[in-house]
Amino acid sequence: MHIVACIKQVPDTTQVKIDPETNTLVRAGVESICNPYDLVAVEAGVRVAEKYGGKVTVITMGPPQADSALRQCLSLGASEAILLSDRAFAGSDTLATSYTLAQAVNKLNATEPVSLVICGKQAIDGDTAQTGPGLATWMDYTQLTYVVEIIEVADGFITVKREVEGGTEVIRGKLPALLTVELELNPVRYATLPELVRSLRQEIKVLGAKDIGGEPERYGLKGSPTSVKQIFAPPPHGGGKVFETASDSDKVIEDFLSTFFEKESSILSEVLSSDGSDHAQEQ
Amino acid sequence: MKEAFDVAIVGAGPAGTSAACILAGAGVKTILFERGEYPGAKNMSGGVLYGQELARVLPDFAERKLPIERNIIESRLWYLSKEGGYNLGYRDAIFATERKHNVFTVGRARFDRWYAEQARQKGVLVVPGTVVVDLLRDGSGRVTGVVTGRAEGEVTAQVTLLADGVNSPLAALTGFRREVKPEHVALAVKEVIDLPAEVVDQRFGVSGGNGVTTEVLGDIVGGMNGVGVLYTNSASISLCIGANLADFATFKLKPYELIEEFKQHPMVAPLIAGGKSLEYVAHWLPEGGYDTIPRLYGDGYLIAGDSAMLFNAPHREGSNLAMASGRMAAETVIEALERGDCSRKSLADYGERMAQSFVLQDMKKYRGFGPFLHHHKEIFNELPRAATFAGREMITVNGVSKREKQKLIFRNARKETSLLKYLKLLWSGWRAVK
Repeated sequence: MHIVACIKQVPDTTQVKIDPETNTLVRAGVESICNPYDLVAVEAGVRVAEKYGGKVTVITMGPPQADSALRQCLSLGASEAILLSDRAFAGSDTLATSYTLAQAVNKLNATEPVSLVICGKQAIDGDTAQTGPGLATWMDYTQLTYVVEIIEVADGFITVKREVEGGTEVIRGKLPALLTVELELNPVRYATLPELVRSLRQEIKVLGAKDIGGEPERYGLKGSPTSVKQIFAPPPHGGGKVFETASDSDKVIEDFLSTFFEKESSILSEVLSSDGSDHAQEQ
Repeated sequence: MKEAFDVAIVGAGPAGTSAACILAGAGVKTILFERGEYPGAKNMSGGVLYGQELARVLPDFAERKLPIERNIIESRLWYLSKEGGYNLGYRDAIFATERKHNVFTVGRARFDRWYAEQARQKGVLVVPGTVVVDLLRDGSGRVTGVVTGRAEGEVTAQVTLLADGVNSPLAALTGFRREVKPEHVALAVKEVIDLPAEVVDQRFGVSGGNGVTTEVLGDIVGGMNGVGVLYTNSASISLCIGANLADFATFKLKPYELIEEFKQHPMVAPLIAGGKSLEYVAHWLPEGGYDTIPRLYGDGYLIAGDSAMLFNAPHREGSNLAMASGRMAAETVIEALERGDCSRKSLADYGERMAQSFVLQDMKKYRGFGPFLHHHKEIFNELPRAATFAGREMITVNGVSKREKQKLIFRNARKETSLLKYLKLLWSGWRAVK
């Protein structure tokens, strides 16, 4: 069985900053990592291949630096890695990205037919969760999203457990199928030394737009109807007002209450007067 | 792992990577292990490197896009009291032209990564994210390779080079070096302060990618045996302060308190004003000196860099000695492999090379420097106080005659400590560094 895992190299989002002037992500000096959901996808593919026989090919679309993320996937047991890298792909939104990946999967289909494509649920930088479903749509594959368990692959069908609102459901779909997976599907292994060494040495196949065919106007910026209007960090919450109690405590309490009730001073005066009368009655 | 290598190197810092570059250049099959996620991820250094030694490993380093922060054209030495201090510096235009890259600052996370990449391009198998947890030995105790923390993680090699730094768990486990004693290491903390390049230029009076290093002595380390440094990077300033680990225990001081006070010192504060702290790291420095160097070689192994306690404390040179020792280890190994003999006897040449080089000669020269500082804490207490009094008196214009001021200064200095002690200090200081 030929399994394809699609991955994305993302900035380590714990370090990402937004440039306050240009409203764009500051990527300079930020480490890139393999999207954590995608590592789970690769691991899932390798587990299926180990259980039922077959091999895993990892694909990513990105700049040449995505090499390191692909190597990490190879160290987990993927057999081959393909980097889709071309100036023509620059500026892709999720539609163009899924189209590009689809052309690559089509190309693989010509020589080694693909039975299963596995993607992470979403990338931690964009959080759209659109590329996997988009790819399934382009390929007309069975689409199984938010998978938390792969139960069985047999007789041309796959059975998975997926997360749905308020619970889980077990469904069976025809192969070829595309899964998008949740983090809890399986832990990611710590590569053995021989596998790590292989991943460091293996050649990564680089394919451009010409190599995978397809319609040029569907690639990159031209094929991307989405445009980002603005990115901004939410304004920081201002600190709360501090009421110093050192001096006149009655005044501080009054200040606090009037701030607390803000403009509804009528309520405040009612509360204060009724409180006073209660007090008198008690006496 | 079934595959065998000629040389296995533990640690992709300056020592290990220098050795790897030279070995691969000679066609030796080399595997280089780094425990960090990438080379440079786990270390710390003030960030000063030296071009001459780097050129002996990579003669064309300047053309290889070496990630330099600033080329150093001025070295300053400060002697500080709590409130002020003396500033002695030397700047020379020759260091911007003819002797460019004599000394330069680097960010080690970027430099080490770049350096390991050069080794990889020369054919070294660089394996990051992998900890060497033990050494392989044969029946006779000869080192025959390494054991990593990964599954199927044993690798055999004819020679193993240990370059895993000062804080080496391998050393403790295998006993190739005595466990470090607190008095033999300094604990240093470093903070990198983010500032625009133009601001760094203005504050240090430099331009065109040039910079300044400042070594700081005196009453800044709470009376302990310690120093501070202040280095310029392209768009940040590295502040580092540290003291002997045993002193930290005795004086019950905390490293972060030292650096906070250092940052508020009137000589330091204006230089870093408005800057944001980018990173905060801490590390040991092997400052035990010549007498703490372990046996540098044995059957099937050699030790280089901080692992071998190679550090020139008075000149703050560590990476330089690491690179030189890595280079000499590699040169020794190349010859030993040609002879087909990697026994202790065959590797003894490493000891010879080291003894004849500046590495061990400098360390021998300053053999007594550590003990000198340890026994003369007045350098960090009474002396800076007396010096401050002198500086203040001489500069204050208040109608008192200069002769009278001299008398005052002299009397104050005698009050701080006895004349005999000053003489002793001078004498033993001279003996420690002569």
